[in-house]
Amino acid sequence: MTNYLETVDSEWFKQRLTGAMVVICVAFAVLIVRLIYLQIIEGTEYRRLSEINSIRLQSVDAPRGLIFDRNGELLVDNRPSFDLSIIPKDAKPVQETLARLAHHLELPVEDLEAVLEQKKGRAAYKPVQLRSDIGRDALAAVEGHNYELPGIEVNVTPRRHYIHEQSAAHLLGYLGEINAEELKKVKNEDLKGGDFIGKFGVEKSFEAYLRGKRGGRQVEVNATGQVVKVLNTVDAKAGRNLFLTIDYHLQRTAEELLAGKAGAVVAVDPRTGEVLAMASSPAFDQNLFITGLSREVWNKLINNPHRPMENKAVQATYPPASTYKIITAMAGLEEGIIDESTTFDCPGYLAFGNRVFRCWRHIGHGSINVVRALSESCDVFFYHVGLELGPDRLAWYARAAGLGAPTGIELPNEEGGLIPTAEWKYRRFGVPWQRGESLSVAIGQGYNLVTPLQMAMVVAAVGNGGIRIKPTIVKAIRDVDGMQVYRHKPEKIGQLPVSAATLALVRQGLWQVVNRRKGTAYRERIEGIEMCGKTGTAQVVGRKSTEDMSEEEIAEQFRPHAWFVGYAPAEDPKIAVAVMVEHGEHGSSTAAPIARDVITAYLGEAVSLKPPMSAAADKNPNPSVTGLSVKQSQTLQPPPDTHRKAVDR
Amino acid sequence: MMIDRRLIQYFDWGLLSLLASISAIGLVALFSAVNAGDSPMEKVLFTKQLIWYGCGLVLMVISFLFSYKLYERHAYLIFIFCMALLVFVMLFGKYVGGSKRWLALGPISLQPSEFAKLAVIIILSKYFAKMSSINGLPLKDLVTPVILTFIPFTLIVRQPDLGTAMVVALIAASITVFVKIERRTFISLLSGCTLAIPVVWYFLKGYQKQRILTFLDPERDPLGAGYHIIQSKIAIGSGMLTGKGFLQGTQNVLAFLPEQHTDFIFSVLAEEWGMLGAMSLILLFIFMVAWGLNIAYGCRDPFGTILAMGITAMIAWQVFINIGMVMGLMPVVGVTLPFVSYGGSSIITMMVGVGILLNISMRRFLFES
Repeated sequence: MTNYLETVDSEWFKQRLTGAMVVICVAFAVLIVRLIYLQIIEGTEYRRLSEINSIRLQSVDAPRGLIFDRNGELLVDNRPSFDLSIIPKDAKPVQETLARLAHHLELPVEDLEAVLEQKKGRAAYKPVQLRSDIGRDALAAVEGHNYELPGIEVNVTPRRHYIHEQSAAHLLGYLGEINAEELKKVKNEDLKGGDFIGKFGVEKSFEAYLRGKRGGRQVEVNATGQVVKVLNTVDAKAGRNLFLTIDYHLQRTAEELLAGKAGAVVAVDPRTGEVLAMASSPAFDQNLFITGLSREVWNKLINNPHRPMENKAVQATYPPASTYKIITAMAGLEEGIIDESTTFDCPGYLAFGNRVFRCWRHIGHGSINVVRALSESCDVFFYHVGLELGPDRLAWYARAAGLGAPTGIELPNEEGGLIPTAEWKYRRFGVPWQRGESLSVAIGQGYNLVTPLQMAMVVAAVGNGGIRIKPTIVKAIRDVDGMQVYRHKPEKIGQLPVSAATLALVRQGLWQVVNRRKGTAYRERIEGIEMCGKTGTAQVVGRKSTEDMSEEEIAEQFRPHAWFVGYAPAEDPKIAVAVMVEHGEHGSSTAAPIARDVITAYLGEAVSLKPPMSAAADKNPNPSVTGLSVKQSQTLQPPPDTHRKAVDR
Repeated sequence: MMIDRRLIQYFDWGLLSLLASISAIGLVALFSAVNAGDSPMEKVLFTKQLIWYGCGLVLMVISFLFSYKLYERHAYLIFIFCMALLVFVMLFGKYVGGSKRWLALGPISLQPSEFAKLAVIIILSKYFAKMSSINGLPLKDLVTPVILTFIPFTLIVRQPDLGTAMVVALIAASITVFVKIERRTFISLLSGCTLAIPVVWYFLKGYQKQRILTFLDPERDPLGAGYHIIQSKIAIGSGMLTGKGFLQGTQNVLAFLPEQHTDFIFSVLAEEWGMLGAMSLILLFIFMVAWGLNIAYGCRDPFGTILAMGITAMIAWQVFINIGMVMGLMPVVGVTLPFVSYGGSSIITMMVGVGILLNISMRRFLFES
């Protein structure tokens, strides 16, 4: 570091400083010139503009994306809501204006004054909302008299509208006002208090797609606050439209079948994983959340013991009961514990340890093999298998079939259920596994818990030859111009861990359940369609305590839940169904008929009309000919310009 | 402790009175700005600012109690301490309105990026005091100052606080140009930067380009920055010659201005006191800048000269950018108006800066030959 102090002396610095001063003076001169320009040259004009706050910002709401079913039938749209506001500064004299307004709206003026009183501290140029969602009559009255209503403005905001009340409520979800927590999140930074976001269902899980982007305008207004010129506009961007995989007519059918009951119906396409219907009962009217819930109504919903706000297809877990025998059978066969010809004797019970485990058929089934054990749902047969398997091996097969974990469907709050192992029990209760518990678990009682969706996916995998597919409820997402943003592709997530031979035996059993005389669901067989499946009756309390009571005597909440899971047709199934009816008593009597009706509704008409299997027909199905069975639409795109389709059912 | 009589003799009362005048005007403007709305939360800001002035005064006095050469001696320590504070903010800072700029210490919040400005000035002054030459600095001698500037610059940009980072860079550049860069180095740097711009532009993503364009031309964002600037110009212009009067601007356009007590406080002043008031403030600032340069002029010690120049540059740039912005001449960045905008760390930094100027001025006799 050479010291240049001799050459760089204070004289040299003085030169530099003089230069710096010149530069600074020039810069500040620019500022002064600009100041003079603004205040003297343009001063009068700016004074005028400032006096009436004439330049303002108005925001323009973006329409939220619409939701359609797989065929383009509109399920959720937006309707205009007219909101009335007052800008106190422009509305002088405020008292009189309010009085006139009250007169036109036929409301007591005190109501309007009360609202204004509440917002007293705000700046006088900021609009105060007096009433929201006024009807068209009120709108006409206000617009017609706006010459004598200074400072009163009507804003149109889009409001969510669920077209079919209570239908697909849990699937679609609802909107609610954004709360403080949510406002803090980065993804919500364009939103402000008072905006609505999805709180449940698809409205929530696809919020990012459905929500549009707010726009705005810079406007010049006159002394009474009316817009005289639009200076600048930033267009609002509409949200994207969602096309769900459900078929609305099938959904409606499923819901009607569940009317008056608590439970769920899930129907999926086993080839693609698309959910064709997902009904949960009881349901609720989503439109209430948009127009505003009273505390009463909310309390009723929350305190209803049948839990209408819960999507029982994915949020509720139940013991799978005899439907679990599908798993036990697969495990037993694959592990070599049993084979096609292995038989056990069922005298109606099995004594083990110091307990007697009963079969539902008190007189027993006699000597029985796996296929018959499935079709007649023999408990004793599976007690033997379960005992030999032990909980851990059984749990392994259950998990490999997709149980014990959420399916990953695009809905919030999905439950994973529970598949117990010895280690789990020890961790949870601190006591080791008792061998006797293997018996209960083998027939789907005990600690086992599953959701209807999980069971639907299990039986779908059995039906389609062992391929596990990820379930989905969204078929496509398009933006407002019809450009496709997303299209569902079937996603294989695994394979049932069984050989083809094992699967064939299980399928035979399931076929016999419905189509062979002694099968537990023989009464529900369908003419012309080979439905296969398994019934289940899930005990809510120990069987023993209600054993000697007649069915009428057992109070409803102690009655067992009814299950049926199945698929159709037997070869190359197009639909797999899981039905759960809470306290429905018997799977065969309550759940199986619902499954039959759903399957018939989906496949039946097509079968009876026998549509031509030509490619031409595939490309151009006419809805009125094939009714609701537009299964060919899997290859079809929903028409881009569809906003509504006439519904004649 | 013996106080050298000459220190008092040479004390620069003129600068102090300039400071007092500007601060007084600042307080008047602030009082009006915080009384604009009806929120009581804002009104307390005035009292807080008074407290900050008090603290600033104390720190200012401390900053000239000892010779300014101490700053030179401890330049690296000061610099490292400020960088540490910036890192601290990055890790533990309060996240407010999309950026992490503040360190919360109980009821007080400090903004280390403000202090970083002084640290950069001090360390660059130390470096250049030894390295300057009449022919200007060659490229190799520029490496260290660039690195020294780059560290705080990046840390501040990451907060993100584009405005303050820009000021740091501009101050550093001003000091560097002031001590002269070798002509050919200067030309090659300049051309290098000019050529680099289209290349960098090519690699920017779409939304980044939009951000920069909007930054340069606020009118492109009619609902955001563009709107604020329009309202600011209306406020200033509507002041005309004599203004609307004390506290009279508040009902009208002021209510539209965001950040009235910080970024747009000049607009408040201009609306209420008109050209007479606004011009007076600008002239006072010009005087202060000239005064600072004069102190540099009268200093015979290279470190002191550069230091004085650097601090003057800091004041000058902030005044120029802030007032230019609110009048619609410059892009919208959050840069405070010295001694006027509300902000504890800003007040303290500026007052300490003036304190250092006083320090240099009153010890000039130490170097007289």
